[in-house]
Amino acid sequence: MNWFKFSSPQTFYPLAGRLIPVFWVLAVVLAVAGLYIGFFVAPTDFQQGDAYRIIFIHVPAAWMSMFIYLVMAGWAALGLVLNTRLSSMMASALAPTGALMTFIALWTGSFWGRPTWGTWWVWDARLTSELILLFLYIGFMALHASIDEPRRADKAAAILAIVGVVNVPIIYFSVKWWNTLHQGASVSLTRAPSMATTMLLGMLVMAIAFWMYSIAAALSRVRSIILERERNSAWIGQLQESR
Amino acid sequence: MNPLLAVFRRDLLQAWRRRADWLTTFFFFVIVVSLFPLGVGPEPAMLRTIAPGILWVAALLAAMLSLPRVFESDFADGALEQLLLSPEPLPLLVLSKTTAHWLLSGVPLALMAPVLGLQFGLDVEAVRVLFWSLLLGTPCLSLIGVVGAALTLGVRGGGVLIALLVLPLYIPVLIFGAGAVETVATGTGAAGHLSLLGACLCIALPLAPWGASAALRVALE
Repeated sequence: MNWFKFSSPQTFYPLAGRLIPVFWVLAVVLAVAGLYIGFFVAPTDFQQGDAYRIIFIHVPAAWMSMFIYLVMAGWAALGLVLNTRLSSMMASALAPTGALMTFIALWTGSFWGRPTWGTWWVWDARLTSELILLFLYIGFMALHASIDEPRRADKAAAILAIVGVVNVPIIYFSVKWWNTLHQGASVSLTRAPSMATTMLLGMLVMAIAFWMYSIAAALSRVRSIILERERNSAWIGQLQESR
Repeated sequence: MNPLLAVFRRDLLQAWRRRADWLTTFFFFVIVVSLFPLGVGPEPAMLRTIAPGILWVAALLAAMLSLPRVFESDFADGALEQLLLSPEPLPLLVLSKTTAHWLLSGVPLALMAPVLGLQFGLDVEAVRVLFWSLLLGTPCLSLIGVVGAALTLGVRGGGVLIALLVLPLYIPVLIFGAGAVETVATGTGAAGHLSLLGACLCIALPLAPWGASAALRVALE
């Protein structure tokens, strides 16, 4: 099989079009199943009551926010090294979804923090580094948006994404050490609770649902990007005529 | 003359001929720091607690403000293209420009900060640590900053954009730098934080010039 067959926008565009409904259906089905498990099957936590149920949104979103940054940087680096257009398009298609996930993780985290910690926000290591991750996403998108020539924007944003990837672990550890120095472990997310199996199951199902949603959203967005950037090429003209 | 030295000398010479530009950054630092007591009130105990953070954040902002000047004039008059065409490795040329930037922006801040620290009521030991932390930290700021400067070269709204790109990357330097000064008050010893600042410098020193060169090639292609 020729792995590079779908590396050109022209062949990838119809493939993405066929894949998007599949991922959407999977995302919706899994989200319904995951939310059902989360709200009706999983038992109430004896410490946190029903407030803990936000983890079914919060934890998958937090996972995705970090994972998407890595994938985005990977695509961006690939685009920079191999000079492939589609890789860079994938990177810029993933950025808004990653930023959305980061935002959801922060937002739900603050809703979780209010009933359990009694505060909307603490300068906890995880919260702080998640906030910085949001800044990195915004920087990536802002740099890309402010350069008019798409290929140049791709390359500049790719360099930024790679610099960001080198920095993410440094930022995480610096924030962590800073946090332990400042306030001790008064609030800790890291204590491993013996989680009921149904809770874990619900969280995993939701995580897969978030995966499917992210893939569907990124593919939809990459299709728009392809249309926008390749609008002067012949195959898009044919595409419109065949409609 | 060695080309690396020539680039270094040229940057310093240009800065000397346009002294006002660099003095602006320096006075920005002094003014921003002086605004805080007016804003939060003159209680000495509180000022002593927040002094490390304020001095470091102000240093971050001042270092960032001077960044666009690293490449801007060379980009405008075409000298940057000649640098890219020269047979010397571009990362080394970028490193000489970065060193010049550090001498012009970082070192004056580190020299001025102890005076401002005394205004905030820091004791001598804290002022000493503040000086060393800035001397170790500002080269990191310059190194990370030139990557941002190269990325935003010739970009719409580059001046504001550079803040968005560079400030999140400055966070570790801020934490370790301000943390080093705070350890004097808590009595835990600044060696650990200063070592971490040194580690940041060791990572940035080989990587940042390389990243900045890649960004310059993108900007000028």
